[in-house]
Amino acid sequence: MNASLPTVSVPRSLSRREAIQQILAVTALASTLNLRGFAAELNPPGIGFDPNLLKKEIPWPRLLTDAEKRTVTALCDLIIPADEFGPAASAVGVPDFIDEWVSAPYEQQVKDRAIIRTGIVWLEREAQTRFGKGFADSAGAQQSEILEAIVTEGTDARKQGRAFFKLMRDRVAGGYYTTREGWAAIGYTGNVPLVDFPGPPPEALAHAGLA
Amino acid sequence: MAFLSTSKTRAERYDAVVIGSGAAGGMAAYVLAKAGAKVLMLEAGRNYDPGSETPMFQSQADAPLRGVSTPEKPNGFYDATIGGWTVPGEPYVVQNDGASWAEGTVQNRLKTGQNFMWWRARMLGGRTNHYGRVHLRMGPRDFKPRSTDGLGFDWPISYEDVAPWYDKVDEFTGLYGSVENLPNDPDSPHFQPPPTPRAYELLLQRGGKKLGIPVIASRMAILTKPLPGRAPCFYATPCGRGCSIKANFQSTTVLIPPAIETGNLDIITDAMAREVTIDAQGRATGVHFIDKQTGKEEHVAARAVILGASACESGRILLNSRSARFPQGLGNGSGHLGRWLTDSTGSNLGGQIPALENMPLHNEDGTSSMHLYAPFSEAQARTAKAMGAPRGYYMAWGGGRQMPNMSTATPAQIGEFYGAKLKAEARRYFGTFIDLHARGEMIPNERSFMELDPERKDRWGIPVPRFHFEWSDHEVAQVAHMQKTFVEMIEAAGGKPHNPPPADARKVMTAGGSVNHEIGVTRMSARAEDGVTDSFGKLWDCPNVLVADGGVFVSNPYKNPTNTILALAWRQAEHLLSEMKRGTLAAPA
Repeated sequence: MNASLPTVSVPRSLSRREAIQQILAVTALASTLNLRGFAAELNPPGIGFDPNLLKKEIPWPRLLTDAEKRTVTALCDLIIPADEFGPAASAVGVPDFIDEWVSAPYEQQVKDRAIIRTGIVWLEREAQTRFGKGFADSAGAQQSEILEAIVTEGTDARKQGRAFFKLMRDRVAGGYYTTREGWAAIGYTGNVPLVDFPGPPPEALAHAGLA
Repeated sequence: MAFLSTSKTRAERYDAVVIGSGAAGGMAAYVLAKAGAKVLMLEAGRNYDPGSETPMFQSQADAPLRGVSTPEKPNGFYDATIGGWTVPGEPYVVQNDGASWAEGTVQNRLKTGQNFMWWRARMLGGRTNHYGRVHLRMGPRDFKPRSTDGLGFDWPISYEDVAPWYDKVDEFTGLYGSVENLPNDPDSPHFQPPPTPRAYELLLQRGGKKLGIPVIASRMAILTKPLPGRAPCFYATPCGRGCSIKANFQSTTVLIPPAIETGNLDIITDAMAREVTIDAQGRATGVHFIDKQTGKEEHVAARAVILGASACESGRILLNSRSARFPQGLGNGSGHLGRWLTDSTGSNLGGQIPALENMPLHNEDGTSSMHLYAPFSEAQARTAKAMGAPRGYYMAWGGGRQMPNMSTATPAQIGEFYGAKLKAEARRYFGTFIDLHARGEMIPNERSFMELDPERKDRWGIPVPRFHFEWSDHEVAQVAHMQKTFVEMIEAAGGKPHNPPPADARKVMTAGGSVNHEIGVTRMSARAEDGVTDSFGKLWDCPNVLVADGGVFVSNPYKNPTNTILALAWRQAEHLLSEMKRGTLAAPA
C-alpha cells in the first residue's frame, strides 16, 4: 500500500467556509456514512462545527411573527423593567434575542419554541377574556394582573401559564444579564484586564465574615 | 514554509513523522526539531491560530444563543474546540444501556446511558487549546499502585524517573502553585506565585480545615509572571477559549511556534492518519494518511513514527496497521493493544452560600479557573477505604462572581419573581452559588477496552473504534464518598447544598470518557508480554514506532494527565534522539 502515489496539488486558496462546504459535499457522497443526525442539524442551518468565534452570525431565519414579537416585547419589559440598576430588557435587544433563540434548529430551542408560542396564544386569550384586548395592548396594571395570577399558588392561571412564564422569565433574564448593561444591573464588574489580581477587598472579606 | 501541501512531502524522508499536534505531538515535534531532527507533523484537523482566532473579552451576548452548548459546540460557542462529542463523518461506536451497538452521539454526560463518550479536537494544537490547564504531578504511589494496595498495575518506571522531566516541563510551560510537601502530590521547583483566593474559596478553605481536608493553591499552567515571549495572565477571559496573549499553556502558542522557528518542522493539516506502514523486516517505514482536502491517500516516509493522536486515536491507528506480519494490529503481539482503557471518575454538587448575598461589588474573574483546590487528604483516604473506595480524588470548584451566562439569574433559589423584585433578587444572589466537582482515580479493569468495529468505517474508509466501558464498584463507592464530602464541605463553608448525597452514586457519575482523561490502551510494561510499549513508549514489536500520548499510562490517578503526557513525551524524544545518534534505531532504506 505504500508504493508511490500520484502527486496531488492541493489548492490552498480555499477559505475555511469553502473548504467545509467541499468536505460536506464529499460527505454527502460517502456511502458508508450514517448522515441522519448530521443532516438534522444542518436543515435549517445551525452554527456549524467551525464557526468564526469573533463574529456573531445567525444562519437561521427568525420565526416569530410581528404579533408574537409584540407580546414577547411586552413580557420582556414586565420581567425586566428599567430601574436604578439598568435599562429595560427591550432597550438592550432581548426581544430580538428571544426570536433568535426560539428560531434556532436545536432540540432545546425547538422545545422552547413550542412552549413559548403556545404560551403566547394562551396569554393573548387570557387578556381578551379579562380585558377585551390583546396582552400587548392592555394597560401595565392589567398585564401585571395576569402575571400575578400566574405566580400565585392555587390559581387557574398558574396551572395553565406557569411553565410558559417560568421559561420565558428564565430566557429573558438570561438574555438580559449576558449584556453589558445586564452585567452592571447584576453587579458583575469583571472582564477587564488587570496587572494583578487583588482578590476580595476588605469590605468584601468583612461582609463574608472572613476579616 | 512550515505548512505544506501534501504534494511537497514526496521529495523528502523525515527523521520522524509525528501524528498529532497537541501535548504529545507538540512536545515530540518541539524537542526533536530543536535538536536538529527533520520532523513532519500530521494533524487531522485544520490549521488554527490562537493569536487571531481567540475570542478575548467577548460577552455571551456577542455569541449566537448567548454562547450556550449546542450539539456542534458542546462546551459552548466560545470553547476552543473544533470537534467535540461528534465529528461529522467520523463516527465511533458505543453501547446504550448495555444494549446493542450504536454510533456515539452528543450526550449529557451525567444523564446518559451511553457507556462511553469520545471527545476529539480536529485542529492544530488538539485539546490543549481548550483543556483545564490543571498541571498536577503523579506521585510516588501513583506509579506503584499495585505495590501499594494490590490493585491495578505498577508502572515500569517510578516517580524518580519522571521527576526531572516534570521539572523541565514546569519550567518551560510555566505554572502556579504552592510548596506543600505532601507525600503523594509532589511540588514543583518552578511554581510561580498563585493568585489570591476568592471569597468563596476562602470559605471553603476554612470549612475544609474543620474537616481535616487541606485546601491549597491550585496548580495550573497559567502564568502569573512573564516567560520569554509570553505575557502573564491579565485575569480576564476564560482559559477554555484559548489565550491570544499566551498566558496559558497551549501547544499552538508554546510548543509549535518555536519548533517551526528551527526550520526543521513541516506540518500538514487536514491529514487523517490511517496506518503505520511496515517493511519486510517488520520495521516501520512511514505513515499512510488521507488528505482531507482531496480525499486522496498519501504516504510519508520516516525513520521513526511517533503517535500523539490521543490515546484512543493512536490505538485505532495501531489496530488499523494490520499486515501479514502483524495481523492483529501493530504492537499487539501481547494482546494488550486496546485494553486497560480508563477515564477519571467525576461528579459534582452545587450549593449556595448565604454569607455572600449582597456582597460589596468586586471583580472575581481571576485566572478563570479555581485558585484553590483540595488534594486527597489522609482523612478522606481512611473514610473512603471504609466505604469500599481504595483510590482517591481531588476536589475543585467554580462559582462566584463570574461573567454572567444564560443560567446566572435563574436558579430556583431566586424564586419565581419578575420585575423590580427579580432584579433585586438577581443582584442579591449573584456570586453566591458554587459548584464543587471531583476527579478521581479509576482502576483499570478487564471490561473496559477499545477495539475496531467489525463493519463501520468513517468518511475516509478507515475502520472506526468501538468502546467497551464499565465502572467497577471501586469507582462507584468513590463517587459516593465524593458526594458525601461535597455536602460536608459546602456545609462547613456555611453553605446549603442543592441536594443530599444520592442513594445511588451511579446516578450522579459522569459517563466513561466524558472527563476527557481517557488513557491506557497502549500501556507501557517492564516485559513485552505485559503491555504494548517499553518504558519509553517504543512498541515492543516495532521499536521505531513510539506512542507519546496518554495511551502508555499504566494507571490513571487523580492527576489530570496532560502534565504527565508532556513529561513522558519530552523524556521519550530525548531517548529517541540518543538512539538516533547511536544509530540503533531502525532506519528504513
